[in-house]
Amino acid sequence: MRSPPDAVAPPQAARPLAAAVLRRRRVLGLTVREWRTTAIAYLFLLPGLALLALFTFYPVAFGTVLSLYEFNLRTLLGTEPARFVGLAHFRRLWEDRVFWLALANSLKYVLVVPVLQVCAILLAVAVNRPLRGIAWFRAAYYVPVITSIVVVGLVWRWLYEQDGIINYVLTRLGLLDRPIAWLGHPTLALYAVMFVTLWKGLGYYMVIYLAGLQAISPEYEEAAMIDGAGRWQVFRHITLPLLRPAILVASTISVIAAVKVFEEIYVMTGGGPMFRTFTLFFYIFDVGFQRFDFGYAAAVAVVLAVGVMVLSAVNFVVFRRGGFEYY
Amino acid sequence: MLTYAGLSLLALFTAFPFLWLLATALRVGGRVFGFPPPLPWPLGLDNFLGVWRTMPIPRFLLNTVLITGAGVGLNLLLCALAAYPLARMRFPGRHLVFFALLSTLMLPGHVGLIVNFVTMTKLRLIDTYAAVVLPSAVSVFGIFLLRQQYLTIPQELEDAARIDGASEFGIWRRIMLPLIAPGLATLAIFEFVAFWNSFLWPLVVLKSPERYPLAVGLLYLSGLFAHNTRLIAAGAVIMTIPILVVFIFTQRYFIRGITVGAVR
Repeated sequence: MRSPPDAVAPPQAARPLAAAVLRRRRVLGLTVREWRTTAIAYLFLLPGLALLALFTFYPVAFGTVLSLYEFNLRTLLGTEPARFVGLAHFRRLWEDRVFWLALANSLKYVLVVPVLQVCAILLAVAVNRPLRGIAWFRAAYYVPVITSIVVVGLVWRWLYEQDGIINYVLTRLGLLDRPIAWLGHPTLALYAVMFVTLWKGLGYYMVIYLAGLQAISPEYEEAAMIDGAGRWQVFRHITLPLLRPAILVASTISVIAAVKVFEEIYVMTGGGPMFRTFTLFFYIFDVGFQRFDFGYAAAVAVVLAVGVMVLSAVNFVVFRRGGFEYY
Repeated sequence: MLTYAGLSLLALFTAFPFLWLLATALRVGGRVFGFPPPLPWPLGLDNFLGVWRTMPIPRFLLNTVLITGAGVGLNLLLCALAAYPLARMRFPGRHLVFFALLSTLMLPGHVGLIVNFVTMTKLRLIDTYAAVVLPSAVSVFGIFLLRQQYLTIPQELEDAARIDGASEFGIWRRIMLPLIAPGLATLAIFEFVAFWNSFLWPLVVLKSPERYPLAVGLLYLSGLFAHNTRLIAAGAVIMTIPILVVFIFTQRYFIRGITVGAVR
């Protein structure tokens, strides 16, 4: 049997009313419910953000501070306090011949970018066709990207050997008079390492351009074909301009990677011969972890950071200019 | 036909170093270098047995598996947690967090090499697996990838679960997590490759060779046994096979992951 309605009504009506009042009351501009959501949201974010704060954001701030201090192995072990030296590290950099050599090599390394991007675009165009088995070709071109740099570096070191297979083929073809020690050659060593960067990176940029190409509606190219444009003209005047966003993204990534190159060099030449493949990042590693001069290493890192930012800004401006009228 | 010839020639260009590596690892005796280059004959698995028995390759492999397992697991968990409120909740500071994450894509990460080493020393974590894994235990790329995935889930599902009395954590665990499985798979594969191949950071924070992963250990061995190219080549093949196997079965995820990364 049901209770009389008026006996049950007050508590039933009171609860939603109280809840409604509570819901509308604002604490610091937020209702209780909104506070609850906020708390839950930050609980979800907490572990990830804490790690990012400690290992990604904090290093940028502390690294800049560190560049103004004398901070060596003794400081790290706590037997000697960090000493403020102001801009002394940067003055020392100005006089440091190895630093200028490393800077020059890092800038030279950027030469790999245009070659790499042109090859990757051509490769992407070549595999952007509905051929049978094309997926396997794409996969084959991508394999170097996912292979360990240590494996890649060791193999190329062997291929580049004085009595290795590259020298054999080139001398047999008559392109070389006698075998060259590629990685020991004062001028060629850097280019030999750059070639490995090109070989390893091709597949990565190919995929970026492939995505760019597949976003282009085939109608544009078909219309140009009907108007009598040749294949080169279509590529030059239709495809390439439409690919500009992809080119911007890919070359920015590529420039930054080139200025910061380290692993190829560490595995293949160790910075030699005679500092000829010493790059900025290699110098940071050398100063920091061979000489334990962390303050000075941080100063080099700050210079590299500024350089990377300037280069990506320049890259952005160059590609933006005149490029966006197509959209 | 001409197209296929061209494509095959290019494939040979990318594959040749691997073929040379495999041939060297499988060649049982004789020289590795010299003119003319030796033929890969006689073939055998002796080098693989040799490197497995005489060098600490099993130990390096175990280290790599531990580091990769922990790294992938932490990334899946932490990215799935962090991406969830960014995709599906409104709260003060959301835009700030979002742009802070976006800014890391432009931040100079290499400064971290020096500072994180100092941090790890202070935390007394130098020469531990934790020091290798923690700085990359959460990836901003992963957060964005999973955020995209969360955004595709219809609101009705969430509302229905809430009416049924599910807690916020319960909604995430039982409704959301299963639905972002494709995104989790993509992230897992990318982090697998990244951790398996990671080289510079382990090289910096690990001091004892018995904790080296394969990438660091292989280079270490190649320095110690420079003359023994065939054994080192066998080690390099052992290191590459798991990546290749994973890649062959998951190709489409790679293509998707990269394009997400590029268009962001």
